[in-house]
Amino acid sequence: MTNELPPGLAIQKVDERIMTLNVGPQHPGSGHMRIIVQIDGDYIVACDPDPGYVHRGEEKMAEYRNYITNIPHLERPVIHDSCNILYPYVLGVEELLGIEVPERAKYVRVICAELNRCIYIMYWLAIYGIFLGHSTMFMWPAGDRELLIDLMEKISGARVTHAHFVPGGVRNDLPPNFEEVCLRQINYFEKRIKEYAAVFYDNPILISRTENTGVLSREDAIRLGTTGSVLRASGVDYDLRIKEPYDVYEELDVHSPVMKEGDSYARSKIPWLDMLESCNIIKQALQKMPKSGSVRVKLKPNPKGKGFDSVYKRVESGRGSLGCHIVSDGKVEPYRLKLSVPSFRNLIALPYLLKGEKLGNMPSVYWSLNYWPVEADR
Amino acid sequence: MSTDTKQVIAEEKPAEAKPAEAKPTEEKPAEEKPAEEKPVAKPVAKPVAKPVAKPVAKPVAKSWVKPVAKPIELPAFEKSISDKVVEKFGDKIQVEFVKENRVGIKVDKENIHDVAEFIRDGLNYDHVESVSGVDYPQDKEIEVVYHIGSYSDSSLAKQLLVLATRAVREENPIPGKDATKLPTLRDIFYSVEFHEREVFEMFGVYFTGHPDNRRLLLPEDWADLPPLRKDFAIKGR
Repeated sequence: MTNELPPGLAIQKVDERIMTLNVGPQHPGSGHMRIIVQIDGDYIVACDPDPGYVHRGEEKMAEYRNYITNIPHLERPVIHDSCNILYPYVLGVEELLGIEVPERAKYVRVICAELNRCIYIMYWLAIYGIFLGHSTMFMWPAGDRELLIDLMEKISGARVTHAHFVPGGVRNDLPPNFEEVCLRQINYFEKRIKEYAAVFYDNPILISRTENTGVLSREDAIRLGTTGSVLRASGVDYDLRIKEPYDVYEELDVHSPVMKEGDSYARSKIPWLDMLESCNIIKQALQKMPKSGSVRVKLKPNPKGKGFDSVYKRVESGRGSLGCHIVSDGKVEPYRLKLSVPSFRNLIALPYLLKGEKLGNMPSVYWSLNYWPVEADR
Repeated sequence: MSTDTKQVIAEEKPAEAKPAEAKPTEEKPAEEKPAEEKPVAKPVAKPVAKPVAKPVAKPVAKSWVKPVAKPIELPAFEKSISDKVVEKFGDKIQVEFVKENRVGIKVDKENIHDVAEFIRDGLNYDHVESVSGVDYPQDKEIEVVYHIGSYSDSSLAKQLLVLATRAVREENPIPGKDATKLPTLRDIFYSVEFHEREVFEMFGVYFTGHPDNRRLLLPEDWADLPPLRKDFAIKGR
């Protein structure tokens, strides 16, 4: 192999003292990605994340399908948070078409989005428990998550991939008697997740393993452009539901949790606090929602934008700000669709956080980034 | 397929002319646009488009061309941001659009580094949310769009500055070794690091000055065209 290497490839020098380890892509502590770590004894000296094992070309596929048939496949990158990943896309298409959504549909969307946020975080929390060898924290969230999945099933008919949001509103109206059932289950759910504190978050073993590991300072969090729970755990109060409210978040009282420490513990606690806040938002939305009315504006078949236009919409998903950049050329398919996903944006922090850490802390730091490999690859 | 490509070219023309004419003057783009579209639309859909065009024109203008059509309704805060950039760089830049919470600026690749530096130091933007490439084979160019936001300045929390620039597009790309190059913004906004790597592998736009231009998502042995270019077709489509 004397040929010159193609661009994008490099030959790595091997050191006598430093050992290179491939963690993943089949390792249970990495998800569908590889983390190349270089260790000196037990300490990590360098880390190079290598995503791409579940790259499915969602953005390319979107250019071949029209605005409506794009809906079911665009939620595949993160099926547990499927409403939130569709949200910016749907908002963007509505702006391109100039549609005003009925009031009741906006509330239904907010309820679905918050339910999905909880469903996602419960799944994330279950895996975080497994990463730390805490099997109770795997069983409990996985079981309690069913409550919310049942609610979403009542709304949309599907347990995980709902495809419930459409440009112009939502697919179906809420089932009869939904408000009562939802309120009852949310009240129980809220009571239940408060119990997690005693088992998990106030547990001295968890605290000793995660406190002061992988500290991300406020300045670095801003400079690296992190988002969501990672950003808020480092003391930056930035939540799009408050800063750039979409749909009816403006009329709801949202308090986004913020912590200053910036360590793994803070990053793992913020999502849990987020769930408590979501319960609060759902209750408010159920109360304020118009009791009847249309939930969907009927569109013409094959809707299309008018001439060249571009739009960028973003929402706060379970992991952070999720943006969708649509370029339309006036045809029935988008000319270009780009998803700017929070997992991809937070990944840049991983090499920083792991430098100087013990190898044993790697899973807790890595998963505290609220990272979803499939979403990062798209 | 051939008819499709013809339509793209035919429809592109008014669209390309629109941002250039409509933005600086902002007087009557809604009125002028259908007049321009007519001659272009003729070969494509003559009998249907003509009679419908006039009565429909008004609601169209109402619903989505609104901020552009009426100069009075340009959001003041966003206008002040674009004015600051115009004041500093004059005709080196071009204001593409001023919408609610979004300011679009177009700049040549020679000046993008200076403009980005001013955006960070003079306007307090501090991170890049998204970098997307858009392929325009008919213009022989690839556009790279940066969406820049701010965490530290609370008055800019809603705002996104959309900075767009264009690179030359080669018909037979050799990624990294042809003319498709742009200066990197990584030394100004650190957060573009992975985004620019993605644009490089997906579009073949090489960012000069970027310290790490390796592939990120694609497999190491990928030997085809950069996959998000328009001439890379999915099998069977």
